[in-house]
Amino acid sequence: MTDQAYNFAYLDEQTKRMIRRALLKALAIPGYQVPFASREMPMPYGWGTGGAQVTAACLTPDDRLKVIDQGADDTTNAVSIRRFFQRTAGVETTERTAEATVIQTRHRIPEQPLSEGQILVYQVPIPEPLRFLEPRETETRKMHELEEYGLMHVKLYEDIARHGEIATAYAYPVRVEGRYVMDPSPIPKFDNPKLAGNPAIQLFGAGREARIYAVPPYSDVVSLDFEDHPFVASKADHECDLCGSAGSYLDEVITDDRGTRMFVCSDTDFCASRQAQGHRGRLSPQGATP
Amino acid sequence: MNAILTGGFADPSTQSAHAFRALLEAMARPGRIFTVAGAQPPAPISVAAGVALLTLTDSTTPLHLAGAADCEALRGWIGFHTGAPLVPAEQAQFALGRWDALQPVSRFRIGEPSYPDRSATLIVELDRLEPEGARLTGPGIKTEARLSLPETAGFRANRALFPLGLDCILTCGARLAALPRSTIVEDA
Amino acid sequence: MYVAVKGGERAIDAAHAWLAEERRGDPSVPELTLAQIREQMALAVNRVMAEGSLYDPDLAALAIKQARGDLIEAVFLIRAYRTTLPRFGASRPVDTAAMAVDRRVSATFKDLPGGQVLGPTFDYTHRLLDFALAAEGTPPPAPMAPAPDEPVPHVTGLLDRDGLIERQPAEDTPAPDLTRQPLELPASRALRLQALARADEGFTLSLAYSTQRGYGRTHAFVGELRIGRVAVEVELPELGFAVEIGEVELTECDTVNQFKGSKTEPPQFTRGYGLVMGQSERKAISMSLVDRALRWQELGEDFTGAPAQDEEFVLSHCDNIQSTGFLEHIKLPHYVDFQAELELVRRMRREAVQMQEAAE
Repeated sequence: MTDQAYNFAYLDEQTKRMIRRALLKALAIPGYQVPFASREMPMPYGWGTGGAQVTAACLTPDDRLKVIDQGADDTTNAVSIRRFFQRTAGVETTERTAEATVIQTRHRIPEQPLSEGQILVYQVPIPEPLRFLEPRETETRKMHELEEYGLMHVKLYEDIARHGEIATAYAYPVRVEGRYVMDPSPIPKFDNPKLAGNPAIQLFGAGREARIYAVPPYSDVVSLDFEDHPFVASKADHECDLCGSAGSYLDEVITDDRGTRMFVCSDTDFCASRQAQGHRGRLSPQGATP
Repeated sequence: MNAILTGGFADPSTQSAHAFRALLEAMARPGRIFTVAGAQPPAPISVAAGVALLTLTDSTTPLHLAGAADCEALRGWIGFHTGAPLVPAEQAQFALGRWDALQPVSRFRIGEPSYPDRSATLIVELDRLEPEGARLTGPGIKTEARLSLPETAGFRANRALFPLGLDCILTCGARLAALPRSTIVEDA
Repeated sequence: MYVAVKGGERAIDAAHAWLAEERRGDPSVPELTLAQIREQMALAVNRVMAEGSLYDPDLAALAIKQARGDLIEAVFLIRAYRTTLPRFGASRPVDTAAMAVDRRVSATFKDLPGGQVLGPTFDYTHRLLDFALAAEGTPPPAPMAPAPDEPVPHVTGLLDRDGLIERQPAEDTPAPDLTRQPLELPASRALRLQALARADEGFTLSLAYSTQRGYGRTHAFVGELRIGRVAVEVELPELGFAVEIGEVELTECDTVNQFKGSKTEPPQFTRGYGLVMGQSERKAISMSLVDRALRWQELGEDFTGAPAQDEEFVLSHCDNIQSTGFLEHIKLPHYVDFQAELELVRRMRREAVQMQEAAE
C-alpha cells in the first residue's frame, strides 16, 4: 500500500521535473556531472539519497524495482530502500535481475547481463573521479572543461612505479565516449567491463554532492590504463562455494577463528538462480540436488 | 477559455512518470520513436509536444515559443498548466516550434565550457517522424538508427560543438524521438 | 554461519522496536510532553529550528523527543520533513531594526540609543550546579519594567552616519536559495550567509575561534548582539500590500572589524554578520566572525590559507546533515570494495615474495 501522506514516489512533482531535466542533460552529455538541486531525503546522506532521488524521478506505477547493496537484495540498506519505495510508490519489487525494470544498486553491477528496457541506478558517494587528486571543485571543473586528465594518468603511473601495477581495486576511473573521465561509483574493477556497450540505461546519482550523470546504452566506456599495463578486471581466484561459478564476483566469508574461509557470489540472485538450476559448489549440502 | 483550462494531465504524478520514461528512453536511444499520451494542447501543437511541456517545464524554466507556436491559445495554456515564463530565444531553457521557425538556432544557449548542461532543449514539431532517412550513430545507438530529420547540416554543426550544443525532442502527433548533441548525423 | 547476513528485514523490524522502547526509557517515569520540551528545553528547540531551517517550535520539540535528545538527528528529521512542504511564497525581508528586543548588548559603546538590555542570559551566572533544580519548583517572578517605546537603532547604522564603517546599501536582487539550487562556487555573500545560518553550531564555533587565534584574524568587536521577535510579512499580489502572518524570534550579531583603507580612501571599519533563528547567540557571533573571514577577497586582504577564509572548504563541510550522513555511511557494508582491495594486496604481496625469492 502506498502512503497517502506523500506524493507518488515521495518527491513532489516540481522536484521530479528538476531531476528529470538533469537526467536528460546527463544522457545528452555522457559522463558529465550535471549539478542538480538535491533534496534532503528521509535517509542519511551517503546512504543512497542520490540513487533514491533518481529512482523516484524514473519510477512509474508499472515498474518492478530491485534494490541491491554489495550485490545482495537482503543487505539491510537495500531492504530499507526497497521498503521506502514499496511504501511511497507502491511499486512491485523483485529480487530477480531479469524481471526488474529499475535496479538501484550500491557497489555492484549484476552478473546477469542487462537488457533494453532496464535502468540501472547507481548510488554514488563521491562523483568526482579527480577529487582525491584535487579537492577543489572549482579546479576539477576546470580540468574537465579542458580535458586535462594528465594528473589522473600521473597518479596511475605512480601506482605502477611503486606497486608494479595500478593499485586501484574499486571506483576505477573510466573515460566515456572519449571525452569525460567518470567515476563508475565504488564498484569493483571486475565490474568495469559491464559499463561498456550495455543495452540498459545507466544513471548515477550523488545526493550529498548534488550531481547526476549517465552512460547511455551501448556507450563506449574505457577503463584508464597504459599500453604496457593494460586494465585487468580481476577477482578472487576461487569458485563460488555454493554454486560453483568461476566467473562471478565473490564475497569472502570467514567461517571460524582458525582462518577458514569460504567464497560465495556477491550477487545473491545470480547464485540462487544457479543453485536452482542444479549447480553445486565445494560446500553445497551433499545430495541436495533438486 | 475552455481550451486553456483543459488538456492537462488528469493524474499528474502518474502521467508525467510515464511520459518521462518515454522521454528518458528517447534521449537515451536517439532516433527511436515512442508514443506518449495525456496532453491535449490547443492547435497547432501536437500531443507529444504538449506532453513534453507538461512533463519538463514549470515556473522555473524559461520557454521560447517560435512561429505558429507563439499564439494566444498556447500562451494561455502554458500559463495555466505549467507557468513557464515566456522569453526570447537567447534566454530560453526550452523552446517550441517548427524547425524553420526555430531558425537561426544559433540564438539558443549551447551551454558553457564548464557547464555544458546549461543549454537549451528544443521541442521541434515535425510533419512526419519516421525511422528512415538520415543515418544516426553515437552513444545510445547499437549500430545505427535512421530518422526523418528536416535537414542534416544543422545537426552536424550542432554535433561539432560537443560537449556544448542543443538537445532536440522531435514531435509529431502523439509520437516523439530525441536527438541529443552527442549523435552523429549523416545524410541518408 | 553465512546465513548471518540474511534476514535483514527481520533485523530492521526488531531494531526499530527496540529503539522505540529505549526512547521511552523506564515506563514508570512519566513521559515527556512536547510542551515540556518546547518550554524547558527551549535552546535545544532553537538549535533544531535554526539548523533544520524550519521555524516551528512544536515540530522541533517532537523531533527532539523522537531523536532521544540527539540534536543532529532531530535536525535531520526536521530537514527531511521540510523538503516535502509546498512553497506558497517568500516573505519580505524582516526588519531587525524594528525588533522587540529581549536582549541587546553592544561591546563597542558603553551606552547608546535603545540602551543595553541584558535579558535572560547565562553570561553572569556562576556555573555552579543548582541542586535545588533537581526538585520541582517555580522560580520567583522576575522583576518587571514597562516595555521601552524608544527605537533601538543598529550600532552599525550609527557608525555609518559618520562614514566610519563600510556602507552596505540595501539590495533588491532576490536571495539565492541553497535548498533549491545546487551550490555553485564562488558563492555570493548572501549564499554564504544562508549556508552559515543553517550550519552546524560546533563547526561554526570552531572556525570562528580559529580566526580569533590567528587563522584568518579579523579583529572583531561585537558591535551589537540582539535577540527578540520580528514580524514576518508577505506581499499578497491580490491585495497589493503586505500583511503580517506572524512573528519569529531571531538572534542577530553585527561585528565591527578591522578597518580597511588606502591612500585614496580613508580608513573604515568593516562588517561581519550573523542571523540565526531562535535564541542562539553563540552561533550568531560565530557566524559573523566566519562571514567576515570569508570576505577577504572582496576587502582586498591576503589569503593566508586559513580554513575560515576558504569558502569552498567552509561551505562544503559546514552542514551537519551532510557530514553526519557521509561519516556514518562507512558503517554500511563495504565488503565488495574491501574484497577488491584484499585481492589486490594479496596478489601484490605474492608477487613481491616471488621476486624476493628469485633474487635470493
